[in-house]
Amino acid sequence: MTDSIASDLEPVGTPAPARVDHPAKRVAKQFVEDPVAVVGLVLFLLVALVALLAPVLAPQNPYDLAQLDIMDGGLPPGEASFGTGMTYWLGTDTQGRDMVSAIMYGLRISLFVATVSLGLAITIGTVVGVTAAYFGGRIDSLIMRIVDLQLSFPAILIALILLALLGRGVDKVVLALVIVQWAYYARTVRGSAIVERRKDYIDAARCLALSDRRIMFRHLLPNCVPPLIVVATVQIAQAIALEATLSFLGVGVPITEPSLGLLIANGYDYLLSGRYWISLFPGIALVVTIIAINLVGDRLRDVLNPRLSS
Amino acid sequence: MIVYLVRRFGQSLLAIVAMAILVFVGVYAIGNPVDVLINPEASQAEIAATTARLGLDKPLWQQFGIFVWNAAQGDLGTSFVYGRPALEIIVDRLPATMELALVALILSVGLGVPLGVWAGLRPESVAGRTIMGGSILGFSLPNFWQGMLLILVFAVLLGWLPAGGRGETVEVLGMRLSFLTLDGLSHLILPAINLALFKMSLIIRLARANTREVCLQDYVKFARAKGLSGRRVVMVHILKNIMIPVVTIIGLELGSMVAFAIVTETVFAWPGMGKLLIDSINLLDRPVIVAYLMLTVLIIVTINLVVDVIYSLLDPRIRLSEVKG
Repeated sequence: MTDSIASDLEPVGTPAPARVDHPAKRVAKQFVEDPVAVVGLVLFLLVALVALLAPVLAPQNPYDLAQLDIMDGGLPPGEASFGTGMTYWLGTDTQGRDMVSAIMYGLRISLFVATVSLGLAITIGTVVGVTAAYFGGRIDSLIMRIVDLQLSFPAILIALILLALLGRGVDKVVLALVIVQWAYYARTVRGSAIVERRKDYIDAARCLALSDRRIMFRHLLPNCVPPLIVVATVQIAQAIALEATLSFLGVGVPITEPSLGLLIANGYDYLLSGRYWISLFPGIALVVTIIAINLVGDRLRDVLNPRLSS
Repeated sequence: MIVYLVRRFGQSLLAIVAMAILVFVGVYAIGNPVDVLINPEASQAEIAATTARLGLDKPLWQQFGIFVWNAAQGDLGTSFVYGRPALEIIVDRLPATMELALVALILSVGLGVPLGVWAGLRPESVAGRTIMGGSILGFSLPNFWQGMLLILVFAVLLGWLPAGGRGETVEVLGMRLSFLTLDGLSHLILPAINLALFKMSLIIRLARANTREVCLQDYVKFARAKGLSGRRVVMVHILKNIMIPVVTIIGLELGSMVAFAIVTETVFAWPGMGKLLIDSINLLDRPVIVAYLMLTVLIIVTINLVVDVIYSLLDPRIRLSEVKG
């Protein structure tokens, strides 16, 4: 910085616009600084890709009975089929189903249930949370009472009650997960929205006589997104684990659409007799998925935490 | 203080009523309650008699009144499978679950606090990092999967411990307990570890974070400057101060232990209430399901109430802020 007269004479009203990166770009830049998180992200993308392309990638359709050979039942990993000569890299279950294919399809159902319920729960939770924070007063205390009431019970108990009453089914598991999860998002969004609401830009928006809805969703909501993302990454791992648990207990997805949890449950009976592969490998797939999401979530939390970055 | 107690008690009552309505609507309003509550093998006359007794011909709000009235008297229906009052069957299984939950709680605190303090004192050391890594696995991996790995390693591969069941029990005050016999104890270890792992991971993280914070406080620096031994600083100055949040968590998590026991009991075939619930869901034994849910809700709500009241006695800020708010 030179203290020349010329620089003093520069017009002060129009400084050159400082280059400000888009927040998403800044987050991405910081995210890749941690190699462990990048490994997690790559793993997660791989898992997601496998789930998405399961019908193309899987060696057989594990639920097309015509493709199964009962003679191949219970083969250990690496054995070849008696009929087709195909190698079962992860073995077969008692009905001669290739475990590689079963895991791919199971992953598909697990991720489908988790993603759909996550999307619905975020939407409901966000709308409810922003509404509570923006209007305050009675609406706020009523909504938060319900949230507190629900969060005072363990998630697994609420999900079990619902599924015991509703019965098994993919749609019912999704419904149960949405009901269990919305309260977390409502509380998160309300917490950050209540802080944002007191800031000047909301007053400015009010002075412009914008509609409540516009202020809530165009001004207030975008500023509540970072904590929401952090909670969502934690919650999606929880949702996958909860769905697997419910299916393992036999109240989750039906036998015709087995998720990883149900595959593990099916193999559980054979665990003691030494046929470990029927439940061990679906379990490893589940664990890899959850760990990958947690690695990504941990890094995102560090990057998005305003206390650490400022 | 009384205002706070009344208000807090009202909230608990509200929680129980809300859960009763949920269970009631689920059982009575969705589907035909006659199919749900009466044994499918009952004769026509029995069905008519039970319908009248349960008041299923009355309007819904009156039925809810009858349901609550019966429930308050401990009548939650008769099990189709066992032919005994549902509540009685649940209460029979209660000691097994409570034993498991308490042993797991002791394990999770007894191991979680020292490990957490250790990791907090040396956060960058190999041991500290290993403990933290383990705790991340402990609460992100599904509980049933951890249980299966325990069985696979300790029961199937090594053959050291039994894979399931409760083993030999001793009757104490009318309750059958496992931990007093060697055989029972060997059956108890794996399920208790399984149930403890999740809470232990939480306590480790909490204890570590608090230890790191407390270590920076002036009184810890002063204690060190006085030349006190490292052990005394940790045992007296640090431990005392991190126990406040840890005790809160322990209280609140005791209730969820009972719910989490459902999973552990199913994996280890532990004959407690949770396993009974899953068996009953599979057998469509709905009176038992209803009885389990109502009893568990009651237990959790009561524990939360007791913890909150004790906590407000210890920390006046809570009851004061509640009364104002």
